[in-house]
Amino acid sequence: MGARLAHFQDAFARAILIDAQPADPAVADLVAQPAFAVYRNTVVKGCVDALQANFPAVAGLVGDEWFRAAAAEFVADGLPKEPSLLAYGDAFPAFLAGFPPAADLPYLAGVARLDRLWTEAHAAADAPAIGREALTGVDPEWLGVAVLQPHPAARWSWSGRDPIYSIWRRNREERADEGEIAWRGEGVLLTRPGDAVEWMAIDRAACLFLDACSHALALDEALAAALDADPDANVVRLVNSLLDAGAFCRIGLPSHDFRRTSP
Amino acid sequence: MNATLTAGLGLKPQHFAEARDCPAAGLWFEVHPENYLVDGGPRLRWLEAVRERHPVSLHGVALSLAADAPPDASHLKRLRALAGRIEPALVSEHLAWSTWRGAYHPDLLPFLRTGEALSRVCANVSAAQDALGRTIALENPSHYLRFDGHEWDEIAFLSEIARRTGCGLLLDVNNVFVSAANLGFDAGEYIDAFPGELVREIHLAGHSRDPLLGDALLVDSHDAPVADPVWALHERLVRRIGPRPTLVERDGNLPGFAELLAERDRAHAALAAPLARAA
Repeated sequence: MGARLAHFQDAFARAILIDAQPADPAVADLVAQPAFAVYRNTVVKGCVDALQANFPAVAGLVGDEWFRAAAAEFVADGLPKEPSLLAYGDAFPAFLAGFPPAADLPYLAGVARLDRLWTEAHAAADAPAIGREALTGVDPEWLGVAVLQPHPAARWSWSGRDPIYSIWRRNREERADEGEIAWRGEGVLLTRPGDAVEWMAIDRAACLFLDACSHALALDEALAAALDADPDANVVRLVNSLLDAGAFCRIGLPSHDFRRTSP
Repeated sequence: MNATLTAGLGLKPQHFAEARDCPAAGLWFEVHPENYLVDGGPRLRWLEAVRERHPVSLHGVALSLAADAPPDASHLKRLRALAGRIEPALVSEHLAWSTWRGAYHPDLLPFLRTGEALSRVCANVSAAQDALGRTIALENPSHYLRFDGHEWDEIAFLSEIARRTGCGLLLDVNNVFVSAANLGFDAGEYIDAFPGELVREIHLAGHSRDPLLGDALLVDSHDAPVADPVWALHERLVRRIGPRPTLVERDGNLPGFAELLAERDRAHAALAAPLARAA
C-alpha cells in the first residue's frame, strides 16, 4: 500500500504521450478503451493550442497545419513545466532551430524568439517608466556613473544577419505585403508603456547599450559599448529614444537614487 | 458564498468590457487563476476592473489534488497572492490530477478511488486550504474510462473528503450527465444522492459527441450551449437543495456576450423558481 497511486500515475502519464505496445499492466485495460483517446487528444490539443496562442507570428508564417504538426512534435518532447500556459514554449525557438522540416526557414527560430519576448513583455511586472526628465534631474557630476535600469517589461534583441524584426512584424501586424524586405540584421525593442506591448526598430548600438544597462554597467560604460559598435552613433538621440519608448524604470546606483527630488 | 450571487459566467478575455459593464442582478464571473498568474500587465488590470463591479470566483485546474504528491508550493504561493488581490467569492478545484513529476497535463485526469487515494487527496486539500488560508470547493470530474476496482463510490468519496478537510463541493451537472452516459449510470439518481448541504456552487456547460464514437462517448467539451437534459437535472437539483450560485461555462465556439448572458439569465430564472413557488 502506498505506492499504487504513484505507479498508476507514472504509467498513465506515459501512456498519454507514448502509444507503447504492450501498455504497462497498471493501465493496460484503460489504454485499451477507445475513450482513452479523449485524454491523449485533450492533453496534446491543450499544449498545441497554447503554443499557437503564444507564437502567432510563427503560426502566421507557416500556416496552421504545419504549425500544429510541428507543435505536436515539440509537445512529445516535453509537457509544460508549469500550469500557467502563457509560460509554455520557452524552448520552442530552440526546437525550431533544430527541426529538420524548418531547415529551409532559417529565420523561423528568430521569429519565435520575438513572439516569446512579446509574451514576456506582456506578463512582466508593472513599474512606472522614467522619461527624459529623469536624466536632466541627475547631478551632471554623477551622470557618468549612474545606472539606467531597464523596465521589467522591456525586451530587446539583435538578429545577426536575418531581418527577423521585419518578418515578425509583418506577421504580427497582419499587414499586407509591402514589398521586398532588405536582408540584413535588425534590432527590436518591445516595451509596455500602457496596457499594450509596443515595438520599434533599434540599431545594434542601442541593443548593446541596453545589454550593458541590464548588466548594471554605468552610463559611461554603456555608451562606450554603443560607440564601440557604431562610432558615429548619436548617443543623446539614442538614449532619448529609448527613454521615450519606456525602456527604463530607474536611474541610480543599486544603493542610490540620483534624482535630486529624492531625499 | 455571498447570498446575493445567483447565476454567473465564465469570463473570457474577448468579453472583458461587456462583462465589466453588465448590470445584471446577481451576476458574477469565474476565471481559471492559472491564466492570471503573471507578475503584472493588462491581464491583471482587466480582471481587477471586472472585480471592481462583480464578484469573481477562482476555479483552478492545476493544483493536481489527486496526484500522489503535495501540491506545488510555489504555485500555491502565487495562487494565494492572486486571491489576496482579487478577494474571490469562492475558490474551487477538481477531484483529479494534472501536474505529475513536474509536468503539467492540461486536462483533468482520472484515478482509482481507493483508501490510499482518499488519504492523499485529503492531505492535499488540507495543504491547499492551509496555504490559501480558506476552504475550497471540490468538483466532481467527467468520466470517460471504466475502472475496475474502485473502493469508494464517488459521492461517498467526495463527502468523506469534505468531512475530513472541511472543504465544500462544487457539483458540475454537465459532468454528471456526461459521466452517466459514458459509464452507464443514472444521472438523476446521482443528482438526488448528492449531499446538498455541501454544495457551494453548481456548474453547467455544453458537451459534444465524440467524432468517432458518437453517442457512445460524450465529451465535456464546453463548446456548445447547455443541453436540455442538463437544464432539467439542474432544475431537479435546485428544487431539492434550493438555489446555489450557478455558473454557465463556455470555452469553445465562443458566441457573443449577449448570447452567453441569455443562457446565464436562464440559469438565474431557474434559481429564482423554487423561491417563487415557496412564496
